[in-house]
Amino acid sequence: MPLSRKQFIKLTGASAGGLLLPANFSAAAAPVRFPLHKPIGEKRSICPYCSVGCGLLIQTDESGHILNVEGDPDHIVNRGALDPKSIATRQLSTSPARLGKVLYRAPYATEWRERDWDWAVEAIAKRIKATRDATFRVTNDKGVTVNRCEGIAFMGGAANNNEDCYLATKLSRSLGLVWVEHQARI
Amino acid sequence: MTNSWIDLKNSDCIFVFGANPVENHPASTAWINRARENGAKLVVVDPRISRTAAKADIYAPIRSGTNILFLGAMVNYAIENNRYHHDYVAHYTNAAFLLDPNYKGPADLDGYFSGFNPQTSAYDRSTWKYQTDADGQPLKDMTLQDPACVFQHLKRHYARYTLDMVERVAGCPKDKFLAVADEFTKTSQPGKAGSILYAMGQTQHTVGSQNVRMMALLQLLLGNIGMPGGGVNALRGESNVQGSTDMAVLYHIIPSYMPTPSAITHPTLKDYFDVQVKAAGKSYWVNTPKFMVSLLKAWWGDAANEENDFHYDYLPKIEANHSFIWLFQAMHAGSIKGLWAMGMNPAVSGPNSRLVNEALRKLEWMVIQELLPTETVEFWKAPGVDPTKVPTEVFALPAADALEKAGSIVTSGRTIQWRPKVATPPGDAKEDIWIFDRIYKALKKEYAGSTDPKDQGLLNLHWDYGDPPSSERVAQEIGGYWTRDVVDDKGTVLGEKGQQLKSFAELRADGATACGSWIYAGYMTNADDGEGRVMPAAQRRGSKDPGGMGIYPFWGYTWPVGRHIIYNRASADLEGKPWSPEKALIWWDEAKKSWVGYDVPDFGKTKAPSDVDGDSPFIMRPDLKGGLFAALNEGPFPEHYEPVESPVRNLISSVQTNPVIKIWDTQRGSEIGDHIGTSEQFPIVATTYRLVEQWQAGAMSRFLPWLAEAQPDMFLEISKELAKEKGIKNGERVIVSSARGQIEMVALVTARIKPFQIDGKTVHLVGMPWHYGWAGVATGAIANVLTPNVGDGNTQIPEFKAFLVNVRKAV
Repeated sequence: MPLSRKQFIKLTGASAGGLLLPANFSAAAAPVRFPLHKPIGEKRSICPYCSVGCGLLIQTDESGHILNVEGDPDHIVNRGALDPKSIATRQLSTSPARLGKVLYRAPYATEWRERDWDWAVEAIAKRIKATRDATFRVTNDKGVTVNRCEGIAFMGGAANNNEDCYLATKLSRSLGLVWVEHQARI
Repeated sequence: MTNSWIDLKNSDCIFVFGANPVENHPASTAWINRARENGAKLVVVDPRISRTAAKADIYAPIRSGTNILFLGAMVNYAIENNRYHHDYVAHYTNAAFLLDPNYKGPADLDGYFSGFNPQTSAYDRSTWKYQTDADGQPLKDMTLQDPACVFQHLKRHYARYTLDMVERVAGCPKDKFLAVADEFTKTSQPGKAGSILYAMGQTQHTVGSQNVRMMALLQLLLGNIGMPGGGVNALRGESNVQGSTDMAVLYHIIPSYMPTPSAITHPTLKDYFDVQVKAAGKSYWVNTPKFMVSLLKAWWGDAANEENDFHYDYLPKIEANHSFIWLFQAMHAGSIKGLWAMGMNPAVSGPNSRLVNEALRKLEWMVIQELLPTETVEFWKAPGVDPTKVPTEVFALPAADALEKAGSIVTSGRTIQWRPKVATPPGDAKEDIWIFDRIYKALKKEYAGSTDPKDQGLLNLHWDYGDPPSSERVAQEIGGYWTRDVVDDKGTVLGEKGQQLKSFAELRADGATACGSWIYAGYMTNADDGEGRVMPAAQRRGSKDPGGMGIYPFWGYTWPVGRHIIYNRASADLEGKPWSPEKALIWWDEAKKSWVGYDVPDFGKTKAPSDVDGDSPFIMRPDLKGGLFAALNEGPFPEHYEPVESPVRNLISSVQTNPVIKIWDTQRGSEIGDHIGTSEQFPIVATTYRLVEQWQAGAMSRFLPWLAEAQPDMFLEISKELAKEKGIKNGERVIVSSARGQIEMVALVTARIKPFQIDGKTVHLVGMPWHYGWAGVATGAIANVLTPNVGDGNTQIPEFKAFLVNVRKAV
C-alpha cells in the first residue's frame, strides 16, 4: 500500500513526534516493521551551502559513510524541500577526490608526497615560528607597542563552523597576525 | 538581515534588487510566494532577466553600476509624491536635525561634499555634523521645513535624480521605473511593510557600501525598518559567512564587531575604552569595556587581570589596510611569506586571478586545510605553470566537512543552529578545531621557555578544550562564563565560577566574566524548546510560533538575545501601539509597564514610549535615531559615481568615479596587469553571477558528478543583438578579454539580456558565472581573470559586478 515519505518515517519511529497511521490502518494494529537490508539510521543536520540554513536528513551506514541525503520535513524554513546542491551533498562527503592524507609538496617539486599528522604539525610549527620571528614588529616608528607579525596571512572560511572560525581568529591574533581575511570581504 | 527568511511571508511588497534569491537562496522562494498568496507583489530590478526576475510581477532593467541613481530617483519620487511615512521619519530618524551651515553637498559642489582633500583622496568630516545647543543636543525642526534640516538637504540632494537621469544613465525606461517606484513606495503607508532583498549586486561595486546605505535610507523614509515583512535584508552567501563575520576572521574587527585595536587611536586599553565609549554616544556600544575585557579574559584567562590591563598589549595593533586586495598586493610584493588557509579558494574567487596566482607562487610556504584538491591547493601545478620554478612549500591538510564534525552555523537571519557530527571523515581527515589544537600545541613546544615578550601572548593563551578538543567546549567559551563566584552587595549570587552566562547583560569590565563573542552570549545556555525540553539554546528545534508572525522563538538561538526583527520598536507608533493590527509584533503594555508581544523587544523592555528616548528605536546608533544623514568615507548621502570601468561619462556630476577609492597604479601597461581598461578598448559592460547548480569558487560543486552534469561548463550570456553584431551563434566558443586578461568559453545567446540605451548610445551587457576553474569534474575558465582588483571605498569589496570587456569569436 502506498505510503507517503513522512508516514514511512514516522512508522519506523525515526523521527520525533507521534505515530501517523494511514487512513485504513486500524488504530489498534501494531506498527508494521519493514525488513530493512541495512540499519541506516537517520540523523538531522543543516545544509552547508547557502545562508538559508535548510534542514537535512542524513542516512549513514554503520561506519558513518553517507548513503543518502534528503530534506527534513520538520525543519521550519525548508519543510523538506531541497535545491540541487543540498540534494547532491552526499557526493561531497563521498567524493573519491576528498583529501584523506596529509600531503606535502617540497620546494620546486612536481608531485605531492603523503605524510603523517605528527610530522606535518611539527614542520608547520617550525615554519610559522621562523617566519614569525623574522617578520615580527614589536613597536612602530613612533614607539607604540604594536606586536604585529607582518609576514604571515590567515584566510578562511565562510563554510566553517563558528567554533572553527573563533579558534582561527583567536590563534591568529595571539600570534600577532594582522593579515586576517576570508570570503566575507569579497 | 534585519528580518528573517520566514518573515518574508509578512511582506506587502518584496523588492529584489541586486540579488537572485530564486537561484541562490532557493528555499526563500516558498516564503516569497506565501507573501504573494496574500497579495504582495514581487518587484525585481536587475541588469538581466534572472531566474528571480522571471517570476516577478514587475521587472525593470538597469545598467550594472547605477544602483544609487535608481534608488536615489525612488527617494526623489517618494518625497515628491508624499510617499513617505511622515511620523516615522520625523520622530524615529534624524530627518528633523539641523545641519551645520558649512555642510555642502554635490548639488552645490558638483559631485563632492564639503571637506574633500585631493592630496589624500579623503574627506575631513568636520562640517558633516548637526547644529547643537549648549548641552550638545542637536537642534531640530519637527516640521521638517527648515532648509537646514536633514530632510530638506535630502530632498535637495536627490532632486537631481530625475526620471530623465534614470533613463539616460541607468538605461531604465521611465515607465518601468515608475512601475517599480509606485508599487514599492505604497509600503510607506503606516502599517504596510516592504522588504528589500539584496546581495552582491549591491555590494560588489566601488560604491557598494553607499548602495547599501541607499537601501537603508529608502527604507527609513518608507517606515519599513523594524516592521514584520520589512527591513533591509542581506541574502548572505555561504552557510556560515554570517558566523565567520561575527567571529571576525577579518583584519579590521575582533569578535562581535568591536574594531581591531589601532596603533593610532587605541594604543592602550584606556584609549580603547575612551575612544569607543565616546563614539558610542547614547547607543548600547557604551558597554564596550565589558565586551572587550570579557574577550581578553576568554583569550588569556587567569593571566589577564586588571593590573596588566587584561593583557591588551598582546593584541596586535593595526595602522594600515590589510584587506583581501591589499593582502594579495603584499603577497605579490613578497612581504607576506606564509599563507595559512582554511576552506577558501582565492585562486578562483579573488579579483584579477592572474595577479592572485602570481602572488601565490611567490609564497615561501602555504598551509591549507581543505576537503578537495582545489585550484588554490594545487596552484603550483596549475595549467601553464612550471612547478620546477615554484619555490612554495605546501602542506595540504585533509579536513572534515560540515557533516563530519559538530559545531554551529548562523543563517542570514542571525539564527544559530547547532549541527551534530553525523558522518565519518575519510582517511586521515580531521576536524578544523583538531588541526588548530595540534598546531597550537606544536607552536607552544617550539616556543617553550621563551622569555621574549613577543612570545608571551602565545604561551599564555587560554586554551582548554579537551583532548581531542570538543566544539561544545569552544562554544561555551564563545558564549561566555563567570570566571569567579560573584555575589552582589545584598548577598545574592549573580554567578558561579564556570557557569554559562544567560546573556550579554551579565557582562562585566572587572574580569569576572569571560566571553569570546558578546552577541553570542546565551547560545550554549540551557533553554526551553517551548515543549518542556531543556538543552543548549542553539540546539533547540521548537516549532511553536506564538502569534503566527513567523518568529519561531524556540528554534535555535537568534542573536542578539532572541531578537528576530532588529529595531522592532519602530513597528509601533509613538504611543507604543503597532502601526497596524496585521503587523502587530511588539506593543507597550501600560499595566505591566513593559513591552510585550511576539518578538523580544529590541529596546529597553521597561522603557516607556513616553520616557526620554522612548521614541528612539535605533539603539545601536550614537543618537539612537535612524540615519538619513550618516557618514561613510564618500559622504553622508549616497551619490552616484560610475564604476571604475565605465562605458560612459558621469552625467550627474563631473566626478567620474568614487573619489576616495584606491586604484593600484602598478604594472600599468604590462601584460599581466591590474590596470584599468578604457571603453575604447573594452566597450562592453560585463558582470558576474551565480547558478543554483554550482557553488562559489567551485570546490563544493565542481567535484560533484550530479552538479557537474547539470552545469558542466563555463559560458557567456550574450544578447541576441550583440551576438548578431559579432556573428556569434549560440554554442560557439568565444574569447572574452579585459585589461587584466582573457579567457575562452561557450556563448549562450539569450533573450534574457537586452542592450541598454545610455545617453543616446547603445551599451551592451554580457554576463557569466564565476564558479569555474581547472580542477574537478566540471571545469572551465576562471571568470576572475577578467575582473579588476579595485574595491569599495569603505570595505574594499572588489567591483566584480561592473567592468569592461570585449568579445570575439574564438577562431
